Amino acid sequence: MLREKVIGRPVPRKEGLDKVTGRAQYVDDLTFPGMIHGVTVRSEIPRGKILRIEYGPGIPWNEFIIATAADIPGKNAVSLILDDQPCLAIQVINHAEEPVVLLAHPDRYVLERARLAVRIVTEPLPAVFTIDESMSGKTTVWGEDNIFKSYHLEKGNVDAAWANADYIIEGDYETGAQEQLYIETNGVIAVANPHDGVTVWGSMQCPYYVQKALMTIFGLPAEKTRIIQTETGGGFGGKEEYPSMIAAHAALLAWKSGKPVKLIYDRAEDMAATTKRHPSRTRHRTAVTKDGKLLAMDIDFAIDGGAYATLSSVVLSRGTIHAAGPYSCPNVRIRSRAYATNHPPRGAFRGFGAPQSIFALERQMNRVSAAVGLSPEEFRRRNFLQTGDTTATGQVIREKVDLAGLLGRALEASSYQIKKEQFAAQNRGKQAVRKGIGFATFMHGAGFTGSGEQHLKSVVGVEATAGGRVRILVASTEIGQGTQTILSQIAAETLGLNYEDIEIAPPDTASVPNSGPTVASRTCMIVGKLVESASVGLKQSLIQAGLLAGGYTADAFRAACRSYIAKFGALRSFSQYEAPPGIRWDDERYQGEAYAAFSWAAYVAEVSVDMTTCEIRVDDFVALQEVGRVIHPVLAKGQIEGGVAQGIGYAICEHVVSKNGRMINNQMTNYVMPTAVDLPPIRVFFEENPYSYGPAGAKGLGELPLDGPAPAILNAVENAIGRPVNRIPLRPEDMMEILNA
Amino acid sequence: MRAFVPDYEMITPRTLAEGLRMLKDEPGVWKPFAGGTDLMVLLEAGKLDHKRYLNLSHFMELRGIFADSSGSVTIGALTTYTDVLRSAVLRVEFPLLAQAARETGTIATQNRGTLGGNIVNASPAADSPPALLVYNAELELISADSSRWVSYSTFHTGYKTTILKPEEIVARIRLQRPASEWRQSYRKVGTRRAQAISKVCFAGACAMENGRVAEARIAFGSVAPVPVRCRQVESLLAGERARPSLIEDCRRKLLSEIAPIDDARSSREYRKRVAQNLLEEFLRAL
Amino acid sequence: MREKVRVRLLANGKTHEVETYAMARLLDVLREDLRLTGVKEGCGEGECGACSVLINGDLVNSCLVPALQADGASITTIEGLAPNGHLDRIQTAFVEHGGAQCGICTPGMILAAVHLLQTISTPTEEQIRGGLAGNLCRCTGYASIVEAVKHASANILEPPQP
Repeated sequence: MLREKVIGRPVPRKEGLDKVTGRAQYVDDLTFPGMIHGVTVRSEIPRGKILRIEYGPGIPWNEFIIATAADIPGKNAVSLILDDQPCLAIQVINHAEEPVVLLAHPDRYVLERARLAVRIVTEPLPAVFTIDESMSGKTTVWGEDNIFKSYHLEKGNVDAAWANADYIIEGDYETGAQEQLYIETNGVIAVANPHDGVTVWGSMQCPYYVQKALMTIFGLPAEKTRIIQTETGGGFGGKEEYPSMIAAHAALLAWKSGKPVKLIYDRAEDMAATTKRHPSRTRHRTAVTKDGKLLAMDIDFAIDGGAYATLSSVVLSRGTIHAAGPYSCPNVRIRSRAYATNHPPRGAFRGFGAPQSIFALERQMNRVSAAVGLSPEEFRRRNFLQTGDTTATGQVIREKVDLAGLLGRALEASSYQIKKEQFAAQNRGKQAVRKGIGFATFMHGAGFTGSGEQHLKSVVGVEATAGGRVRILVASTEIGQGTQTILSQIAAETLGLNYEDIEIAPPDTASVPNSGPTVASRTCMIVGKLVESASVGLKQSLIQAGLLAGGYTADAFRAACRSYIAKFGALRSFSQYEAPPGIRWDDERYQGEAYAAFSWAAYVAEVSVDMTTCEIRVDDFVALQEVGRVIHPVLAKGQIEGGVAQGIGYAICEHVVSKNGRMINNQMTNYVMPTAVDLPPIRVFFEENPYSYGPAGAKGLGELPLDGPAPAILNAVENAIGRPVNRIPLRPEDMMEILNA
Repeated sequence: MRAFVPDYEMITPRTLAEGLRMLKDEPGVWKPFAGGTDLMVLLEAGKLDHKRYLNLSHFMELRGIFADSSGSVTIGALTTYTDVLRSAVLRVEFPLLAQAARETGTIATQNRGTLGGNIVNASPAADSPPALLVYNAELELISADSSRWVSYSTFHTGYKTTILKPEEIVARIRLQRPASEWRQSYRKVGTRRAQAISKVCFAGACAMENGRVAEARIAFGSVAPVPVRCRQVESLLAGERARPSLIEDCRRKLLSEIAPIDDARSSREYRKRVAQNLLEEFLRAL
Repeated sequence: MREKVRVRLLANGKTHEVETYAMARLLDVLREDLRLTGVKEGCGEGECGACSVLINGDLVNSCLVPALQADGASITTIEGLAPNGHLDRIQTAFVEHGGAQCGICTPGMILAAVHLLQTISTPTEEQIRGGLAGNLCRCTGYASIVEAVKHASANILEPPQP
């Protein structure tokens, strides 16, 4: 096998230079001639009827563009999975910060003054804020029963299994909301009018999602709804679906004013009004033999979806499928529901349901192992999925998987055994600082669930330019993870060209096909594979035209492209997604191949608990994962490090404080994310096991690192203090309550 | 950014005297503006009610750290936290203040934030006040035609209220060099390990004599509407050996001198217990 | 409404005279009047450091500086680091070590690193993390940034790359 020239190498990022020189242009850096500014007036109450809007005195209202739901040309709905979320509220409010009125004016200062002068007069209605309140049915706030979606998955015969159990262990686990906290807030610029249609530039992950939403809101065809992604300062899921809302708002103001409208959220607004990770509650009931073999898992998984459906059904889906984890268990029942509450709608955040259910599972597995009298690692070893075993959805694991090996190497790298003994000795007696070590083992499915990728039918294009370079045409966006770089590497390798010969078209719906959203850890594995096949197609066209022979040089390729274009006008190759063989999914019974491929991981956390202040510090972190193939070592390492950092925040310091359904710590001062001083060095190890349907064997890894840190850290904390800890965020205040209970 | 910036005014007086004159002539109309690290945050949140400011930030006569032969160190009110960190005499002789400076904000805010501005902003969660209280700091309050020295312990009268008159500014902070052999400790418990607002902040200094407490000075931030000196706890300690039963008494006594609250950052219960724990930690080390 | 004031700034070696409100944020003056859009707004409360610039060599958050107080100051923004396209050693190290992912924190982060290395030319890991504690990054977990700064400090004697 020839040695690869580009894949697996730390080539310079395509996106890199502009970012370190300040030349990269984010949406707020752009100005258009005649541009005016927009702002959103939002509800202050979580639920109620809108009686009227009052425009206060002292503001030159005639200078303003004012838009309300009445100005929406098409349908007043931000179309996603359902159409339940209005673009602007008309008669009812279902969450605090719900958008009601839009204002635009050339002067940003005057605009803010006007925003404060608009009064939305409401009649409050009872609101629901927790899963319990929603479940109780006392107040119906959505549909018939407050349930956006539910799933019920059965494997084997759970009910019969209890009789054979030597131990039955129960556990309840909870996770809180989490803010994505991209350092660049949401923002867009829109140009729109009834004649030409709508064009929006902005910070986003999925230009085609925005296009679809705006087509519905404006009643326009695709050709008149153009969406262009600008340099995006972080997304993490927070800019998966939300940008459709802000884009619609800016476009409405542009439509009405005839001027370009820039709409940028300040931090306080972004934090209070936009999506968060779904809070969750999981109940486990596990039957196990005295030898520590899993007999049955009965799992109840509930998430808080906020006021509208948005993506809750899919978050629930992923959380449900990952709820039983990388273990072989003959009998599994998972019942899950996404509940409506009157918080701002929850949405996508890296991990997308899996961090929630995996947190519960990995804590429960430690609880079970303790009950049986086995070490957590031995218990895992006795129950890990092996090649040929089936998951909770009945998916047969066909690839080579060696979780025991992964775990062993992670434990080795973290000196787990030695430290565990050392800490046990150190912790005896009254210590000022208690230390602990813990781990989590897990998997994460890449790509859309089940038949999702088949429904998406993603298309990727590759074209040759007149100069003989190759340009990739995808709607997949660069949001920090290095999309342009890895897709260029894949194309270069496939075509035998230099990495420098590949360029990538800007994600503009007018000129790139829909390669699907930049989510679900699919960009490398799914879109990358399509880049590979489209590149092959390009090569074939040249070969079939007699312009290229085997063993060609880069120069010959360039010359062949130029000849082809001179002769035929253009050289383009498109590839559309086809599921690998053997992907069968039953949406009704939630059975079958849930994901085409899983990445597998073992994470180890070492913690200190300061007994004076109850503060938890993560002193060392080992993240070991098998991801098929590492396309770019620096980028891949960066994904894991960044994801682990977010996972550490999720576990111990990021806390959304709500009062009457409104986030009250919506500033960076009071919503605490880790600084450079708060994090340990994060030690990353990759293992490779090429996946046949991934580009160069790669699987997905973008979200994997969010699944492991919270359970690993809490397992370590339990190891340190000898008491169970079952809720995150686990802040010092919570630790104090636990220690003093 | 939520302020209507065109409504705000800031002027730079030509001299300090001219600035003080303006404060005296139109009391309450103008307010002094130093490094701006507190006031600008309020401005951006749309919460800066006062609209007219005198820019005092470049008056060098109010900046600097001077040690004199009489045993006192005088710090100009416009001394920045970076200045404090660079001062050898503060590092050696007033380590609690140096440590407080290190924990205040970040390098960027330390380069701009001033000790005087921090004192006048009067947040009970500020990092320096406990250290200043322990060092029996005095403040020089000056106006166009007056000057008075006050004990810092009398400066704060309630949540964000002080004895500063509208025409006055804080000009200098004076600390008496402590006698040697003081055991000193400063500890801030924040929302994270850097760039954090304090949940509980402790400063303690103790002079020991023959194994007994000759004099104890205990101060806390973030546990009351104002930074507090815990004089009752100090009285309990005077003349005593730091034994377990005494520590227990001090823990209990502390609760009557602090009044922590629940807020978006932390809870009353947490602040209470951590304050007690920090006190105990200090006393055990004596 | 107050009168605007005239503020003179030396930004990246060039003199500018700007008419603005006395308490307009320096951040907005730099971005809007001087079109130095490399300076970013991340939080508007002095917490994230994305707006960091050097004023007379000192690292400050430009969102916390009123325009009037910047009168007469010498300001360096990210645009001033590589004036002729010759990358500063820190910029090069960021590119090589993955110090920038989405890039929004990068201008401020690089200036904080410049400031750090001016103060301590070969900092320890702890000193690097402390020097960057006022600059929040959501993408990298700081690991590759710390690595980049370590590498840059080791190259202190190397000339800038063409």
